[in-house]
Amino acid sequence: MRYLSLTDSDQEAMLAAIGVSSIDELFQDIPERVRFDRPLDLEPALSEPELVAHLEQLAGRNAHTGRELSFLGAGIYDHYVPAIVDAILARGEFLTAYTPYQPEMSQGVLQAIFEYQTVICELTGMDVSNASGYDGTTVAADACYVAKHTTGRTKVVLTEALNPQVRQVVKTYAPGFGLEVVEVPHTDGITDPDDVRKAAEDAACVIFQQPNFFGCLEPAPELAAVANEAEALAVAHVDPVSLGVLEAPGGYGCAIAIGEGQGAGNYQSYGGPHYGFIAMRSDYIRRMPGRIVGETTDTAGERGYVLTLQTREQHIRREKATSNITTNQTLLALAGLAHLSWLGPQGLRELGETCMSLAAYAKDRLGLPLVFPDRTTFKEFAVRAGRPAEEAIRAAREQGVHPGYALKRDYSGMEDALLVCVTEKRSPGDIDRLAEVLAA
Amino acid sequence: MKLIFEKSQAGRTAGTLPSYDLPPAEVPEELRRGEPPRLPELAEPEIVRHFTALADRTFGVDTGFYPLGSCTMKHNPRVNERVVALPGFRDLHPLQEEDGAQGALELMWRLQEILAEVCGLHAVSLQPAAGSQGELTGLMLMRAYFADRGEAEQRKFVITADTAHGTNPASVTMAGFELKKVETDARGNLDLDDLRAKVNEETAGLMLTNPSTLGLFDEHIEEVAEIFHGAGALLYYDGANLNAVCGISRPGDMGFDIVHINLHKTFSQPHGGGGPGGGPVAVRDILEPFLPAPTVIRDGNEFLLDYNRPKSIGKVRGYTGPFGVFVRSYAFIRAYGPELRRMSEVAVLNANYMLSRLKSTYDLPFERLCMHEFVLSARNLKRDHGVNALDVAKRLMDYGFHPPTIYFPLIVPEALMIEPTETEPKETLDAFCDAMEKIAAEAASDPEMLKEAPHRRPVRRLDEVKAAKRAIVKYGFDQHPDLRGERAEGETVEAQKGA
Repeated sequence: MRYLSLTDSDQEAMLAAIGVSSIDELFQDIPERVRFDRPLDLEPALSEPELVAHLEQLAGRNAHTGRELSFLGAGIYDHYVPAIVDAILARGEFLTAYTPYQPEMSQGVLQAIFEYQTVICELTGMDVSNASGYDGTTVAADACYVAKHTTGRTKVVLTEALNPQVRQVVKTYAPGFGLEVVEVPHTDGITDPDDVRKAAEDAACVIFQQPNFFGCLEPAPELAAVANEAEALAVAHVDPVSLGVLEAPGGYGCAIAIGEGQGAGNYQSYGGPHYGFIAMRSDYIRRMPGRIVGETTDTAGERGYVLTLQTREQHIRREKATSNITTNQTLLALAGLAHLSWLGPQGLRELGETCMSLAAYAKDRLGLPLVFPDRTTFKEFAVRAGRPAEEAIRAAREQGVHPGYALKRDYSGMEDALLVCVTEKRSPGDIDRLAEVLAA
Repeated sequence: MKLIFEKSQAGRTAGTLPSYDLPPAEVPEELRRGEPPRLPELAEPEIVRHFTALADRTFGVDTGFYPLGSCTMKHNPRVNERVVALPGFRDLHPLQEEDGAQGALELMWRLQEILAEVCGLHAVSLQPAAGSQGELTGLMLMRAYFADRGEAEQRKFVITADTAHGTNPASVTMAGFELKKVETDARGNLDLDDLRAKVNEETAGLMLTNPSTLGLFDEHIEEVAEIFHGAGALLYYDGANLNAVCGISRPGDMGFDIVHINLHKTFSQPHGGGGPGGGPVAVRDILEPFLPAPTVIRDGNEFLLDYNRPKSIGKVRGYTGPFGVFVRSYAFIRAYGPELRRMSEVAVLNANYMLSRLKSTYDLPFERLCMHEFVLSARNLKRDHGVNALDVAKRLMDYGFHPPTIYFPLIVPEALMIEPTETEPKETLDAFCDAMEKIAAEAASDPEMLKEAPHRRPVRRLDEVKAAKRAIVKYGFDQHPDLRGERAEGETVEAQKGA
């Protein structure tokens, strides 16, 4: 077997040193009746060239965004991933290290996480970020847990214009956390602060999304303000790519900022692995879930980095921990750090503006009725295709174009609605092509 | 070394974007960003050098031996990185229609089938993002199962072993259960008398790692299963140590009803400095209705996402799970085929060989053959020379090895938990054992030198007390404090961990 170094003579010498005569004897502590007495029913082993051919064949049956001209977004985005991200992630030291329990062995990855935390705090206007969460859905559940323990309240308020994937995950976690979930409907594509005001009474937190799932810009400062009035934690779910253009959650009074990091540095990868981010005001630092890296000095007085505030965590606090998280998404978060370093502040602003300009061009060029005509949008917007969405999608895909996401999958009254997403990778010519296909 | 922000110069940039001749975006004034985020400003050459320097200060399995117990730090085959980067996988949108994702769905379906066979169970959900989330999902399944039977109020308690990973009790709380702990007997098995006294009609289930975190297979696993099933409770298998038993003994055959699998341990997803991982859950048929939606099903030659699962606990993560992890793990398993058993055999052989070499130098708390890992105690060095497990760990760095897991499991004082994995050659195992023996000799001849180890790393021991007290968790730009001027806050804390 190509991944094993053991030779027959090694095996013989090792068995002799142990004092057993066969490998089977090593398993003598396993009761007879629970030993597995047949070979595993798995397909035969593949050589490396056969393996690559097999996986190429599987990959070849997927309509990826290099094959279909794609306007799919709805939470996962086809933004450009710079070449340096691939190069950095291919470094074996990053790829094959584990959680930096022994800081002297891991200063590089610890410093990278510290830099990532700084970048997330800068983007969101918050005081403290953890080392990353699983994705943009589970960080919302984490935020609810923090809010419950901070406020002592057990109701969480979600806006209906919050990504349905996020809402579903919060609802899955809620019974175990002892939380009740209340959803506030949208009014013509955005959330009315008066509706939130009522729901926020006695709530632990209010989670809204900016830009929201429909791509519309929410009155975020007002939503945060009504949450704050009710002494519920205001939680904004934000798109990192928007934060060169749109105000940071810390700038309009949020307690916690969360989001899906994928658009900054990660490929779409059929939904993962990606990274979620969670950052908050320093008041809640002792309730933060997951790993945090902090700065310190070594015994010679030199600067260094360690995992810190570990008394929050499961390996010490056990059943009283702030979370059960062990693994985070370091490698994907590192990709985010590299991508955002590549962009810089100027590049991030230009990226947001480019997406927004392209989307405005697309709105105009498609000429289809907008589902929410009076709203300002960022890089996504909803149109009425004039026929059932799945038919419009099928017809467009036959011509090599994926026109967007069918909102009827999550919302009633949206039979013919398509959520169209435009990133910097779609040119005006690509948008013209979409217009042509949807008009047909 | 400098932080990337300290290398930044206003006006530098690496990124370029297409420029289209379009009217500028109109952002409402009250929503427009005021202060720009202070992201690093560097041209590409210096970004690449920065991250290369950080990589140089990081130790991975590619660098050297990494016997971090309970973490299964095996070689990560490079062909897996090649196939995961195929555009058909890498650039596939998760909301693509099923007919445009048949290759991805087939791969997931095949992986579900493989994991069900390896675990000896009926059905699999690939959705959980990591082992810890797999655990939580398993407990949510228990909860849903008892709720469906009208026993939700009654089944309050989940039992864990005193050797359990810290995630187990934390997951119990997050899932809304209460914890009870069972002790370990003199041979390292669950204490059956203690167990019988604690399991009753209020018990929802057991969470157990088998082999345990002591690296020992529970010799009474059949009786354990009888006790729980007899009380109407369920058994949950923490798959952290599955690398010991693939093709040798299956959790389903041991009596477990729910298993989570760590794809980043047993099935070679690279650990990435702390993630990503993958934590699929396999279950017995009675629990299948409750699995997270969607699962992948096969209908003739077609592969579909099954959302029609009325009893499902819901979604635990976005979309269908960490797909890239599935590609790597699937490729890893297909490279072995039915010979996957050989992987576990060699993992166990390597561990027992090291144990046979080291048990006369360090204390061995349980005198048995081990499985894929073993736990020694440095209490003899502490008693005789004042040198503890932390000192041994730090000194191992000077010999070019990553230390084992230390101070875990909690029931062994001065624990050193060593897991070599199957991918290490005998020469490496010998070199590590030689170093462990030298360190034991150094403990007698020069204990002070060990107290000051490591001597050959980029930094010396770090002041964790100062880190926690000052809580400097981001760069402060022109307000950033200089901690070098501040006196040490105290001794380095003895790090514990929970894999």
